Amino acid sequence: MVKVFERPKSLTEKPFHYCPGCTHGIIHRLVAETIDELGIRETTIGVGPVGCSVFIYEYMDLDFHQASHGRAPAVATGVKRVHPDKTVFVYQGDGDLAAIGTAEIVHAAARGERITVIFVNNAIYGMTGGQMAPTTLVGMETTTSPFGRNKETQGSPVRVSEMLSTLDGAAYVARVSVHDPKHVIQAKKAIRKAFDNQMNGVGFSLVEVLSTCPTNWGLHPIEATKWLADNMIPYYPLGEFKVPTAPAKVEGEVE
Amino acid sequence: MAKILMKGNEAVGEAAVMAGCRYFFGYPITPQSELPHYMVKRLAEVGGVFLQAESEIGAVNMSFGAAGSGARVMTSSSSPGISLKQEGISYLAGAELPVVIVNIMRGGPGLGNIQPTQSDYFQATKGGGHGDYNLIVLAPASVQEIVDLTIDAFDLADKYRNPVMILGDGVLGQMMEPVEIREVQVNVPEKTWATTGAKGRKPNLINSLYIVAERCEEHNLRLQAKFKQMAKDNIRYEDYLADDAEILLVAYGTSARIAKGAIDRAREQGIKVGLVRPISLWPFPYEHLAEVAQKVKSVLVVEMSAGQMIEDVRLALNGSKPVDFYGRLGGMLPVTSEILREIEKLAKGGRSNG
Ligand SMILES: Cc1ncc(C[n+]2csc(CCOP(=O)(O)OP(=O)(O)O)c2C)c(N)n1
Ligand code: SF4
Ligand SMILES: [Mg+2]
Repeated sequence: MVKVFERPKSLTEKPFHYCPGCTHGIIHRLVAETIDELGIRETTIGVGPVGCSVFIYEYMDLDFHQASHGRAPAVATGVKRVHPDKTVFVYQGDGDLAAIGTAEIVHAAARGERITVIFVNNAIYGMTGGQMAPTTLVGMETTTSPFGRNKETQGSPVRVSEMLSTLDGAAYVARVSVHDPKHVIQAKKAIRKAFDNQMNGVGFSLVEVLSTCPTNWGLHPIEATKWLADNMIPYYPLGEFKVPTAPAKVEGEVE
Repeated sequence: MAKILMKGNEAVGEAAVMAGCRYFFGYPITPQSELPHYMVKRLAEVGGVFLQAESEIGAVNMSFGAAGSGARVMTSSSSPGISLKQEGISYLAGAELPVVIVNIMRGGPGLGNIQPTQSDYFQATKGGGHGDYNLIVLAPASVQEIVDLTIDAFDLADKYRNPVMILGDGVLGQMMEPVEIREVQVNVPEKTWATTGAKGRKPNLINSLYIVAERCEEHNLRLQAKFKQMAKDNIRYEDYLADDAEILLVAYGTSARIAKGAIDRAREQGIKVGLVRPISLWPFPYEHLAEVAQKVKSVLVVEMSAGQMIEDVRLALNGSKPVDFYGRLGGMLPVTSEILREIEKLAKGGRSNG
């Protein structure tokens, strides 16, 4: 009998602790599958965030660093500078990356650090009890915007991918979603590219993954996927914002 | 051995390179800037990495990543920047990572100024960041000692898997003195715990999170046992004319240099005065100080702060002797003649102005 579906080798046996319907687990799996496909489990070092995915190191069967809140790109910079031959990836939530860690992500991208960033945007602080994140949509109710995010006093959501794609150092920036199987397959492709780029020595790669937080959105898991499609995608359009450009040809070079 | 003239800040850098440090992460701040200026060139010569981070927070976390990956790492700053690094230093201690941190102290609080002070003693020796942890804190008083202590700092950091701080001030950083540049036997212990890729072994984890209280207590108890050992094995001090002293001065770093000048002048007048200079501020030489102080009439602490180390001196003496204080603040230096005046007051049986 041929096995057509199995647990990625880069995942441990430990069951995920995520809430029912939370898509962090799907994203972990996509990263693990990519590492398996590339055969780099033994040469990959991960850096995890502070947020609901803080225990990612228990689920992935790899060397790992647990970074302080928001600083994973700086930690990954240190790791990569010591091990330029290894694959180094960062996994961060939107509070971690787009609020407290804004400086670290912007400058890792600006330096063109050869790392891969998986940025999980669920428009909320999941772990700490559903507070407003920089990515929370205008009008969205959270525990710190109980009357809906007010644009006048609480500002507008940050579009991280668009912002980072303006930096020369960023080689690959894409936004994907995991709210249905079709999009999961697309997300996988983008994650694969982001790892391929690093292995090819191309600079900084980031994949923003729109993700659900049924618990703090106060929605049933199925409703949450629909809410993501109907509300997040219009504000956070999917696609590739930056792709690596081929190196400029030397004049007179023959193809 | 050849001696060359070097600035204190540069000497830190050269000593780090001698000790096998190949990674430096920093952010500009006066009065330590000569150190990164030196490192960027020197590390290029030896194939190392110099990286100017986006902030001190970035720099300390880059150091976390590099140390966790098995490298000898240094980061440096001055007071306000060291404040920014504190969360990272706590994480380094929690995850047991060997990083050498340099603080060339300047005036505070707040932006203060860029003049030399010793007002970060509490921050360096009593925690600084959150949680129960300690750093080994070494306080040089000459450019040669900067070299020697910096080399030792890397060995100690690796030996205990703990951050070590070199605590200097703007005077030491800027001052030029001859130093001996020597061949150092670099012995980096094998770091089987470092993240190098989980090839043929279980994954390695660099972590300070222990979510279950029982496990976190175990982790802390293990750390405490380590700190106890660190404290036992690393007490350093220098005695200067302390044997027959009736008045004992206690000072470290730049203050100790100035205090020695005052002691020499007092001795010319026949006043029996000496000095204990703590070199390790953590661990503090409590017992040694208590022993020396047994024979003296009074104790004068000299600091470039409002009186921070004096708390440890009082702890050491436990009320057995009067402890007086002379200090200058805000980047002003203690003056030999003023220290002498305090010594004279004490010699006449009076009290220093405190
Ligand atoms: C310095 C610091 N500030 C605040 C916190 C508390 N904290 C933990 S997780 C978190 C937010 C995480 O949200 P996000 O990054 O969006 O991840 P999610 O849980 O949504 O996946 C915060 C504020 C902390 N651990 N450290
Ligand atoms: S709180 Fe939200 S993000 Fe966190 S595990 Fe639950 S559903 Fe997922
Ligand atoms: Mg979030």
